[in-house]
Amino acid sequence: MQANGSAITRRHFLQSAAAGVALAGIGAPAFVRGAAPLAHQPLPYAEGALAPVIGAQTVGIHWGRHHKFYVDNLNKLVIGTPFEGQPLDKIVMGTAGKADQQALFNNAGQIWNHDFYWQSLKPGGGGKPPAKLAKKIDEAFGNFDEFRKQFAAMTVSQFGSGWGWLVADGAGKLKVVKTANAEVPMTQGLKPLVTIDVWEHAYYLDYQNKRADYVNALIDKLLNWEFAEKNLG
Amino acid sequence: MFTLMALPYANDALAPIITPNTISFHHGKHHKTYVDNLNNLVKGTEFEGQSLEAIVTATAGKADKAPLFNNAAQIWNHDFYWNSLKPNGGGVPAGKVADAINASFGSFDEFKKQMATTTVGQFGSGWGWLVADAAGKLKVVKTGNAEVPMTQGLKPLLTIDVWEHAYYLDYQNKRADYVNAVIDKLLNWDFAAKNLG
Repeated sequence: MQANGSAITRRHFLQSAAAGVALAGIGAPAFVRGAAPLAHQPLPYAEGALAPVIGAQTVGIHWGRHHKFYVDNLNKLVIGTPFEGQPLDKIVMGTAGKADQQALFNNAGQIWNHDFYWQSLKPGGGGKPPAKLAKKIDEAFGNFDEFRKQFAAMTVSQFGSGWGWLVADGAGKLKVVKTANAEVPMTQGLKPLVTIDVWEHAYYLDYQNKRADYVNALIDKLLNWEFAEKNLG
Repeated sequence: MFTLMALPYANDALAPIITPNTISFHHGKHHKTYVDNLNNLVKGTEFEGQSLEAIVTATAGKADKAPLFNNAAQIWNHDFYWNSLKPNGGGVPAGKVADAINASFGSFDEFKKQMATTTVGQFGSGWGWLVADAAGKLKVVKTGNAEVPMTQGLKPLLTIDVWEHAYYLDYQNKRADYVNAVIDKLLNWDFAAKNLG
């Protein structure tokens, strides 16, 4: 997990640095443009590592085709726009809620969400969160079981494609929310801690219509609480 | 009480384009869940005993009625979807539908291209539609989640379901392959002609 967190930081730093050089304009070496494409972030574990909760085939298609498709799309869509060479979070926030930037937002939002989703899971995850986060959960929800119930209910109830989230609001209070399609919590001033993907492609090969079974299994066996605590800051 | 519409064909009749495994979940679980949900939701409300169309129309666009709308409209959409398909369908329509398609799109190939592109382009869960507008001109449109064309004053002729559950067991991420195969091999042009009126 630690190595993966560092990789993201490094990637965003390089992209920001590349954008900075590009802004400097004259004399920017040609390879800077080549450095701009957004990366398809590697999985932080093997494709089979989340089995049997999420099968290797699901992870292979989800990461290798759906997630990659969004990366390939975005790298094409940004060409010649003000977003070329910008870091992913800047593209997400710069296009959110703008009808004429919908295609850019959908692809950027979905890359961001999937990057966050893979890190929200880990083999042998789930169980009880570490002390600092556990205290915040108890403060917000009363106890862990109540949080678990609310997180599952909120996530399962997302109608159509979307995401369930544990977030911190502006006052630092934890909440569970859902977002549709490619929407992200940051546009509502919420800081995401962990997410669960409930696009049907995330679970259909393993669970078909039984979305609740997928969500409960993921909460109990895969959630990466260290990642959530790190995001809490 | 709403009942789950019986499939107009055997659940293996659309294979290999749509397999019996997909149909059994899609009709027997997803479609049925919407029916069961709606029957529970209308109990004791003003909507109990009303027709499906009346509930869809009355709840559309009302945030506080979203669960009623979502379930009622998904029943309506699925009923319409099963009727939009038939074994050995597809091909080129004849008669009035063919005339309307040529008048509106220029050619059947152009219609096919637009129907596939619009349907594949629905971001997230939803539906692709061939519709007639108020002036009788045919158009292809897409709707998100449970949304129906009637609320936009459009008369539906045919639909293709692009919720991932409609194709994921058979096609996974290859939505375009599913949509093109449905257009070429399953669309029920007799049903479209009946809807055109």
